[in-house]
Amino acid sequence: MSPHPAPTASASLDQLLAAKEIVICCGSGGVGKTTTAAAAAAMAAVRHGGKVLVVTVDPARRLADALGLTGIGNTESQVPAAAFSAAGVKPRGQLWAAMLDTKQSWDDLVRAHGPDQATIDQILANPLYQNISGRFVQSHDYIAMERLYELHSEGSYDLIVVDTPPTRNAIDFLEAPQRMGDFFSSRLLRWLIAPYRSRLVNFASKPFYQVADRILGTQFLQDIAEFFILFQSMYDGFVERARSVSRLLQDRRTTFMVVSTLEASPLTEADFFIEALTERKLHLGAVILNRVLPDYLLDEGASVVAGTMEKSAGDLAARLGAKVGPPDQLERVLGEIASSFLNFQVVAQREAEQRAELSARPDVVATIPFFETDITDLSGLLRLAEHIWS
Amino acid sequence: MTDLLDRRLIFVSGKGGVGKTTVAAALALLATQHGKRTLVCEVDPKGDLAASYECSPTGFTPREVQPGLWAMSMNTEESLREYLKLNLRIPVAGRIGPLARAFDFVATAAPGVKEILTVGKLCWEVREGHYDLVVADASATGHIVGQLSAPQGINELVQVGLVRQQTGWMLDILSDPALTGLCIVATPEEMPVSETIDLAGRVAKETTVDLASIIVNRVLPELFTTGEEEIFDRLCEPAVADQLEEMAGGPPGPILAAARLAVTMRRTRAGHLERLRAGIDPSVPLLYLPYLFARAHGLRALRQAAEALGAELGL
Repeated sequence: MSPHPAPTASASLDQLLAAKEIVICCGSGGVGKTTTAAAAAAMAAVRHGGKVLVVTVDPARRLADALGLTGIGNTESQVPAAAFSAAGVKPRGQLWAAMLDTKQSWDDLVRAHGPDQATIDQILANPLYQNISGRFVQSHDYIAMERLYELHSEGSYDLIVVDTPPTRNAIDFLEAPQRMGDFFSSRLLRWLIAPYRSRLVNFASKPFYQVADRILGTQFLQDIAEFFILFQSMYDGFVERARSVSRLLQDRRTTFMVVSTLEASPLTEADFFIEALTERKLHLGAVILNRVLPDYLLDEGASVVAGTMEKSAGDLAARLGAKVGPPDQLERVLGEIASSFLNFQVVAQREAEQRAELSARPDVVATIPFFETDITDLSGLLRLAEHIWS
Repeated sequence: MTDLLDRRLIFVSGKGGVGKTTVAAALALLATQHGKRTLVCEVDPKGDLAASYECSPTGFTPREVQPGLWAMSMNTEESLREYLKLNLRIPVAGRIGPLARAFDFVATAAPGVKEILTVGKLCWEVREGHYDLVVADASATGHIVGQLSAPQGINELVQVGLVRQQTGWMLDILSDPALTGLCIVATPEEMPVSETIDLAGRVAKETTVDLASIIVNRVLPELFTTGEEEIFDRLCEPAVADQLEEMAGGPPGPILAAARLAVTMRRTRAGHLERLRAGIDPSVPLLYLPYLFARAHGLRALRQAAEALGAELGL
């Protein structure tokens, strides 16, 4: 045995929560990202103390209620001590939570970087701005990271756990700061709005405008130009900011937690994401497999027993006798539970195979069992966290 | 109500992870089995559609992947090229250089451009009539409203120009319940149900598209009928379980535990199903698809799903 055995999964996961300042949860939609993020934050508050903040995007209503999150927006609020005592624990630290309000965050950003009140008002009133800040998908990716940066640089939390917004593509938000920066500093942008500034369409770009005018209409192009001219006034602040956000993601105090279920599609995305992290030299802290079916479903002896029960349910029912139940009903029950077991076993076996493939990776893989009931309160979250961190 | 498969354009949306692509793929397969020339389009191409049909990756040009069934994946830049070629008679490659380079910018800056190119391509296929039915494996709940409402949005933002002219006929197709319908896929779990109810409300308020049906995926079978659970409880008593072990030649523990798990799962899900039914306009049909205990995802599972869908639609 080596004098320094490799840390077990739970030890390093625990270290992760103790040593890092930012944990970013990512993965495809519907895998339990939000719940995992909340569980990690709750666990950190209980075990390691300090001020822990979880930033979620869209928690389930009952979970939000349980955390006292209902109705709050961008502002962080503390999860009441009563929630912890109801769960029967005394946390060493505090748990705070905040929801991400994209529109609000954009408005705050404009207010922070706008050169003067008039420009700020103009931007906020621009129909294009309203569209972009409210609907534009990439803007959600960016603003989540921007908000993270803001919270981190304020320095009031020891650990911030972020739940990433659902993206079309899991790596979108990783690239969002870079892309936003590129976008606002691009030559293309300057080239495009130049004629509206000078009212002189330069010769080379003329055909472009002719085409664009025919497709979009001149008024619309002017709206776009106005918007970007206004936005250019925030150029320096904005680009610098996007770079800082990018740097923060690469910082060694930041780690990523990839969440997935063992279904084919989320796993493919998780794989893709892990590769993307590796390529960008970002820190992969953990791979968390959620809703893993219980091991007893893989029991080979049990599948033989189930086979027997399915085949000779009638005979077994007769022999067990009427004290257990009427023979025909008992026969049906025995047959049903046997075939149900065999059905679930098929799924469990498929999942076990995929799990084995993932464990071959050197990363820290942890599993969360299938919870029969929904997680609706802090004690549920902590129960889930126990499975990851104990 | 128009029968689902008699429409010309079906959008399939739903929260991530509920089996949206599988349902869209199964719906298209089912239509094909009923003699309809069908095009199915993966709007956010991740390759899941190709995996469902076990075919090589799909591209922008539709390809016949099963007899009578064509599959494609959306690509907004290709869609723009096609549009320009058809409407402006601009030679495609190279010559639109600045425009091609500017595309990403315009698409990013002008809200709804990517959406309109997506919805526009689908509507165009409907208008051209190359297919009897177009099934869109559309965006997830977060983005579908933006897509479906893009033609109106553009109408409001763009006062003149070719784009403005184009949105009129798209709206005609999208707003006609005989032609177009939206199916939302949900699983009987908390978040998918909540998002489905929210989405149904937003679709009614913010778009002109008819909500054709809610498809509830992964519904677990009821294990026991009345009175049978008591029998099961007695089976779990140590003395009885021991007796069973002796007779069946091995410990029944895992089987009993699995049954307990199935019953609890089913019960939790039944509550969410009730919430779903109560939260959706009663005139919208709910179609139920069973949980498929399949070895792997692919054509075999897809055929089972199509069969179950057919049964629910009374085909």
